[in-house]
Amino acid sequence: MNIVVCMKQVPDTETKIRLKEGNGGIQTDGVKWIINPYCEFAVEEALRIRERNGGQGTVTLVCMGPDRAVESIRTALAMGVDKAIHLNDPLFEGSDNFGVAKILARAIQTIPHDIILCGKQAVDDDASQVPQILAEQLNIPHVMVVEKMEVDVANKKVTTSRRIEGGAKEVLEVPLPAVFGADKGMNEPRYASLPGIMKAKSKEVKKVTAADLGLKPEEIGVAAAKVKIQAYSLPPERQAGKKIEGGDPAQVAHELAKWLREEARVI
Amino acid sequence: MAGIWVYAEHKDGKLKSTAAQLLTGARTLAETLSEEVVAVLLGSGVEAMAAPLGPLGADKVLVADAQPLGQYLTEPYCHVLTTLMKERQPSIFLGPASSIGKDLFPRVAARLQTGLASDCTGIGLTENKDLKLKRPVYAGKAFIEVVISGRPAMASIRPNTLTPKPADSSKTALSEKISVSIPPEAFRVKLKEVVKGKSEKVDLTEASIIVSGGRAMQNSENYKILWDLASAFGEGATVGASRAAVDSSYASHDMQVGQTGKVVNPNLYIACGISGAIQHLAGMRTSKVIVAINKDPEAPIFQKADFGIVGDLFKLVPALIEEIKKIKAHD
Repeated sequence: MNIVVCMKQVPDTETKIRLKEGNGGIQTDGVKWIINPYCEFAVEEALRIRERNGGQGTVTLVCMGPDRAVESIRTALAMGVDKAIHLNDPLFEGSDNFGVAKILARAIQTIPHDIILCGKQAVDDDASQVPQILAEQLNIPHVMVVEKMEVDVANKKVTTSRRIEGGAKEVLEVPLPAVFGADKGMNEPRYASLPGIMKAKSKEVKKVTAADLGLKPEEIGVAAAKVKIQAYSLPPERQAGKKIEGGDPAQVAHELAKWLREEARVI
Repeated sequence: MAGIWVYAEHKDGKLKSTAAQLLTGARTLAETLSEEVVAVLLGSGVEAMAAPLGPLGADKVLVADAQPLGQYLTEPYCHVLTTLMKERQPSIFLGPASSIGKDLFPRVAARLQTGLASDCTGIGLTENKDLKLKRPVYAGKAFIEVVISGRPAMASIRPNTLTPKPADSSKTALSEKISVSIPPEAFRVKLKEVVKGKSEKVDLTEASIIVSGGRAMQNSENYKILWDLASAFGEGATVGASRAAVDSSYASHDMQVGQTGKVVNPNLYIACGISGAIQHLAGMRTSKVIVAINKDPEAPIFQKADFGIVGDLFKLVPALIEEIKKIKAHD
């Protein structure tokens, strides 16, 4: 079983977002970079699938990002991933979801792949589009918001459960190869062990550029973006409103209910 | 190329509230662009839902009513939608950023080789009449404005973003039945089972009222009072949780509000025993009204709350349930 994990490096979720002057996006100095939390579930699931399969198969990480992404790639290798492809080229920068999926698809086409695991979304742009577009470009099925996977190696299929709305779930049977978008709760990602960290140092990280993939500058990056970013802004700060301290709960509740009804008009 | 298309989603034989919301948004665009508004209805036994779409703002309804569309599956739905769109070339396509919308529209956009902006909270047109959208990034800690110049320009809109106009019963829509033919390879993924949720409540992302509990709930049993409060509010209300509560196993993962949970947009958000970590605030800051109940007067949530109560949620929530029941009894 050949498993490919797509991973993105993102700012830590506790980051306070500040903007660069002149619409240049967000300020990145001082930002702590982490593996996108949903991608971390994908990495963990790939390792567990291989473990359940008697250690058979290869787990390859594919990560698009600048030089700083190497740190997150090494973390994944230390968790137990076998090798990595680092898609690193200034030409990739500014790609929209379609562009990113195109770059990933080209890279994945060069390696054996039965299961492609992604995070269901990256917590920076929150678009939740790349796994589906990637699957379409590879002409294989996708399943999003996945919370469970059971792999039938002999028959090359996966029985998977995905969350839909209102706490309901769908159980699907999916022929491989296919793309899966991991949700929180799928597993508890492991911490890298010390021997894992030592081992990771000698694992292969292959840097791949646009030219290596046969992609022309006009096919990727800002130039090819179908969705073009015009401006960044911060949300208006919410102002604190009324505040009541102490008092009889029944009286306070009465006041709140009255306010919700007559002033806020939400009930 | 013409037409502003709206994906009319439905559940259990009823149109979802997003249909009216999206049709209102489409009408506004249609006035500037002088194009017709077309609602698309996919499913099995859905024909009866076509007529109400006229009063809500559709000039025309395309009805793809076929037994194989009875249960949502990505690829058959993608096939039907993309075939229709290739044939009729709409200029704009709007859909809900719902469970189905988030799964389906990226694949549709990829097949049509066009641009899609997801989970948008603002919609308009540029001077060149291209579709312009505002969408939250970093779970709403920032916003981007994006423009799609290709056609069809596609966007999924976050539920409760657009305020629907009341239905105008003098308006009717022309209904057209589409013949559906889906190649067998579109059914390579098989749906084995749908496991119903515990609550059968509206999804957090579509709820109009959310009662949310944090670590101060102490255990999962105590969430019952929050469910009771949600029930008192009635249809459209549900219960959420903070990451701390989910990580302590007081609540299930699908209830988590925040950057690694769900980003919600209700009319009313009641935070009970939630201190207000950055990643939680990011997930609920666009709520129209925020109420916070917390013992700690210094909790950061109070800085964002329209109505803050410093006190014991285990006393206040039951008292509030009684008050809401009284109000509802008079309605």
